[in-house]
Amino acid sequence: MKLNKIAELVKIKRESVTDVFISFIAVIAALLVGAVIVYISGSSPLEAYKALYEGAFGSTYDFAQTLTRTTPLIFTGLTVAFAFRCGLFNIGGEGQLYVGGMTAAIVGVSFTGLPIYVHLPLALGAGAAAGGAWSLVPSVLKARVGAHEVITTIMMNYIGILLCSYLANYSFKAEGWVAQTDVVEPSAQLPKLVPGTQLTASIFVALACVVIAYYILYKTTLGYEIRAVGLNPTAAEYGGISVQKSIVVAMLISGMLAGLGGTGEVLGLHRRFIFGFSPGYGFDGIAVAVLGRNHPVGVVLGALLFGALRNGGMVMKQMTNVPTDLVIVIQGIVILFVAAPEMFRIFRRIRKGGIRNAF
Amino acid sequence: MNAEALSAVEMQHITKRFPGVLANDDITFSVLKGEIHALLGENGAGKTTLMNILYGLYRPDAGEICVNSQKVDITEPNDAIALGIGMIHQHFMLIPPFTVAENVILGIEPQKTFLLDREKAAKDVQEISQKYGLTVDPRAKVQDLSVGIEQRVEILKALYRGAEILILDEPTAVLTPQEVEELFKVMKSLKEEGKTIIFITHKLKEPMATCDRITVLRKGKLVGTVLTEKTDISSLARMMVGRDVCLVVEKPPHPAGGTVMEVENLEAYNDRDIKALRGINLVLRKGEILGIAGVEGNGQLELAETLTGLRKVSAGKILINGQDMTNRSARDIINAGVSHIPEDRRKRGLILDFSLAENLILGSHFKSPFSHGFQMDYDNVFTHADNLVETFDIRGTGIESQVKYLSGGNMQKVIVAREIGREPEIIIASQPTRGLDVGAIEYIHEQILRMREQNKAILLISADLDEVLCLSDRVAVIYEGKIVGERDPQTATEEELGLLMAGGKI
Amino acid sequence: MLSEIVSLLAATLRISPPIALASIGGAYSERTGIINIGLEGMILMGAFAGVAATHFVGNPWVGVLAAVLAGGALGLLHAVLCIRFKANQVVSGVGVNILSLGLTTLLLQVIWGNRGASDSVTGLKPLHLPVIADIPVVGDIIGKQNPLVYIMLIIVVLAWVVMFRTPFGLRIRAVGEHPEAADTVGIHVHRIQYICVTLSGMLSGLGGAYLSLGWLNLFSQNMSAGRGFIALAANIFGKWNPAGAFGASLLFSFTDALQIKLQGVGIPIQFIQMIPYILTILVLASAVKRAIPPAAIGKHYEKGEK
Repeated sequence: MKLNKIAELVKIKRESVTDVFISFIAVIAALLVGAVIVYISGSSPLEAYKALYEGAFGSTYDFAQTLTRTTPLIFTGLTVAFAFRCGLFNIGGEGQLYVGGMTAAIVGVSFTGLPIYVHLPLALGAGAAAGGAWSLVPSVLKARVGAHEVITTIMMNYIGILLCSYLANYSFKAEGWVAQTDVVEPSAQLPKLVPGTQLTASIFVALACVVIAYYILYKTTLGYEIRAVGLNPTAAEYGGISVQKSIVVAMLISGMLAGLGGTGEVLGLHRRFIFGFSPGYGFDGIAVAVLGRNHPVGVVLGALLFGALRNGGMVMKQMTNVPTDLVIVIQGIVILFVAAPEMFRIFRRIRKGGIRNAF
Repeated sequence: MNAEALSAVEMQHITKRFPGVLANDDITFSVLKGEIHALLGENGAGKTTLMNILYGLYRPDAGEICVNSQKVDITEPNDAIALGIGMIHQHFMLIPPFTVAENVILGIEPQKTFLLDREKAAKDVQEISQKYGLTVDPRAKVQDLSVGIEQRVEILKALYRGAEILILDEPTAVLTPQEVEELFKVMKSLKEEGKTIIFITHKLKEPMATCDRITVLRKGKLVGTVLTEKTDISSLARMMVGRDVCLVVEKPPHPAGGTVMEVENLEAYNDRDIKALRGINLVLRKGEILGIAGVEGNGQLELAETLTGLRKVSAGKILINGQDMTNRSARDIINAGVSHIPEDRRKRGLILDFSLAENLILGSHFKSPFSHGFQMDYDNVFTHADNLVETFDIRGTGIESQVKYLSGGNMQKVIVAREIGREPEIIIASQPTRGLDVGAIEYIHEQILRMREQNKAILLISADLDEVLCLSDRVAVIYEGKIVGERDPQTATEEELGLLMAGGKI
Repeated sequence: MLSEIVSLLAATLRISPPIALASIGGAYSERTGIINIGLEGMILMGAFAGVAATHFVGNPWVGVLAAVLAGGALGLLHAVLCIRFKANQVVSGVGVNILSLGLTTLLLQVIWGNRGASDSVTGLKPLHLPVIADIPVVGDIIGKQNPLVYIMLIIVVLAWVVMFRTPFGLRIRAVGEHPEAADTVGIHVHRIQYICVTLSGMLSGLGGAYLSLGWLNLFSQNMSAGRGFIALAANIFGKWNPAGAFGASLLFSFTDALQIKLQGVGIPIQFIQMIPYILTILVLASAVKRAIPPAAIGKHYEKGEK
């Protein structure tokens, strides 16, 4: 039994060595490009990156804050990765996140007097379900009519965010100027983990989701079928698998993960739904998934990297005046490098025959 | 034949090797100017390869080419076109939403200042089409045309570019009998205009009807060149099919058991919405191998797919053990005890990025012992894989490494192992040994016979007549979506079967 | 009543260039088989480059040129990644968007020190077309627009003519439908793809220039606000035809203009703002059967590959 487990780990490493290597190089390359940008705009790359690192990992407080930023990225990274395993591009994480968070807030606000072990799971479940439901229109359209899910999910983003804007400004608006709901009942709040920081138990929910996602994909019949459809729908059909069912279920789970991401922020970090609470976590999830090669473990590592960049970025801004958006630039470059693995063959060719041989 | 007949094409000592197969083996082949010359042979004989070399799509490993008595070096199709050679491929290179004229002129478009001169294009195409008797409407969209007219457009494309030597690759493979007649008329009028035509085919009747000379290829070698007027179908059949020895050691007699599958008047459409099955009637019995012989493209793929739940049946019935299983899902049919070795092992039969073990349970993955309800039992999956790898001697890099690293033969073994290992009642095997080396072929034949011993019902669909004859207890010939004859392989002659396969009547 | 309609139509035209230009660019890119999700980032980059260049040089037309070049550079990047390095086209497009967002916001802070918006710059002043502007009704709609609107109209016509009436356009369409067939008649598949994808970036950049220089005379963070994605939808709605894409863009712009008018009517603005997006989904749900993309879209073409 134990031997099998080790073999599995080794297997992951053996067959994914290239994947990990590419991701690693992509990050290094992106950091280098980032350094160049910093230099051009008049600051010292070394100081900037030093501040970045210290802001991310320098102290317990910093690390806890990094983990706080990492948590939603784990959720949205899983969202994109899971859908991708079925051959689908779920760009709708942002909308699913919003809808999930709003639903959790509504459940959190609407019931009083419930014990925490009822209210909290209820709110979490509602948030997940809402996120999942938000993926149904794109997934059914894809399964039935072949409508490209990239566009339908992006459209659902806007519809979802606008819907939440309405709800936060009218139906569930708290008193005052800000577009937000009331604070949710304490029985629906995710407890704080490290005093003095913003880290809450939502990170446990996130890690649990990683385990669950891994389990579903690699240990269940459903996961086998989803992966089969993602790799070769023709052969999957031949093997008696319903391609349509797999598409809908995969997107459903993917949407639920995003919904939980929003729920985690609402019930944990903010304790209420604040319109605008997500600075694009849904889109960051794409970068995380691509970097993590669409594997649950890779997603955690990718999320940690980007969470560190985000958190450290703020300190970097305070100390060196380099804008936090450098982090977004680095994110973009990472995606571009990882998206084009052919690029790495160039390095091999340059080593063999000089620059001229590259093209 | 005129003693001063000019040489149009001479290919000398052409050899071409692909991984695992010697496609052209020292072939010396010549064509005279103004003649219609048939290149005849079964699938895999090397005809298309030879012509692809002439057209510049492949480079030969050895040999020389002369065109119009001049030695030439053809490195790409543009070279061939410049020499006046045009090729009409089996799979048309046409743009479906474009008009006929647009397709013909693409790449060398006539212009009026910066704009496309559509009138001139239509006029030019009209002129050429009338000159050679290839009636088409220049403004019709290709996607609206029948296959026969599409082919005319391909020919027009070549003529528009000044082709004097036309290579037609299996032109009648996709045509109805009427369209074939039309094509022959066109070929005749092209010949009258002085064109040279090389006509690749595997159908016996056609060269006899249209060609001046016939060259027969078999398994990469040139068997001979004959004058049409001095030969007949039987001789051609003998040259084409040959007298190869059966590779199987022994096939003991085995009495057939009860009926397990009945196919009644089965009709179905192919992906082009043309009727591919026109009323198939078949019966499969326990312990019996029913071979379906026929040239590819006569409905074999659609037959296999309808029987295994991968294609809709438009009319007719499929009964398995008396139960109506027409248009049931692939999963239901698998559960009814049917296994399928598909024609396209890479696209249909395997998930290349899955591991060997995962591929070995495809189709049974949802059943015990591999799956208990929601959860997979990978221990059992791996044990199963280990067993099959040993039993079937599958050579690879381990049950957990991806199947795409396996050789073609071993990939096929994976599929065979999986489908047989499921202990089915019925096995539908489509082109099971295509593209494999002799060792692998032998092995798979052994497995098929073993299944017969174990009283399974086997439907063997194959374009390799040798294989069908060696293995089957009964042979049915499929032609244009119908079963045109059934024979006992021990008494049927190759000529007889070859004729049936070519649509001839006995 | 009439004046309401007239101002609505004028607003429609006034709002349309970013979406219209980007959707035409999308049409060109996808007609050669390359999906371009990065239109959003190219619009944004164009908007930024336009303002930045005008800020330093003082002339908004230089800004327009800079916008076109910046958008084109992003387009070229996407082309190189997809064609030369065989990147997944959707992922590359998403990467371009993120990169553009990051770079523009970063440079916004570097140049103006403000994370929200730049300073104002000299913008493009609306023109008053002689004769036409004085025609009643029509003149009010079409005679008093920004010069880029007129440029857009010219581009729409040109784009249609090139695609459907020139040899180059024929080859573009051939490449997207059946690259192998195009290759066998000697057409340079990759070269045409490079040109069209870069062009899509240039057109999007131009649309972005209008957004910043034609309207607000400044750049604000993420000001493209999803227009690039609507442009994608408009392209599909318009069946990959520049004229159709333009018509669809007008439709989306109309709902946008309508939404501004209807604010204060009683329906919360969010629901009105949702209209273009819901419309897009309906279009995709129904049009998919009618609107068939170029046959080879999304696939990477390599000689000899089957």
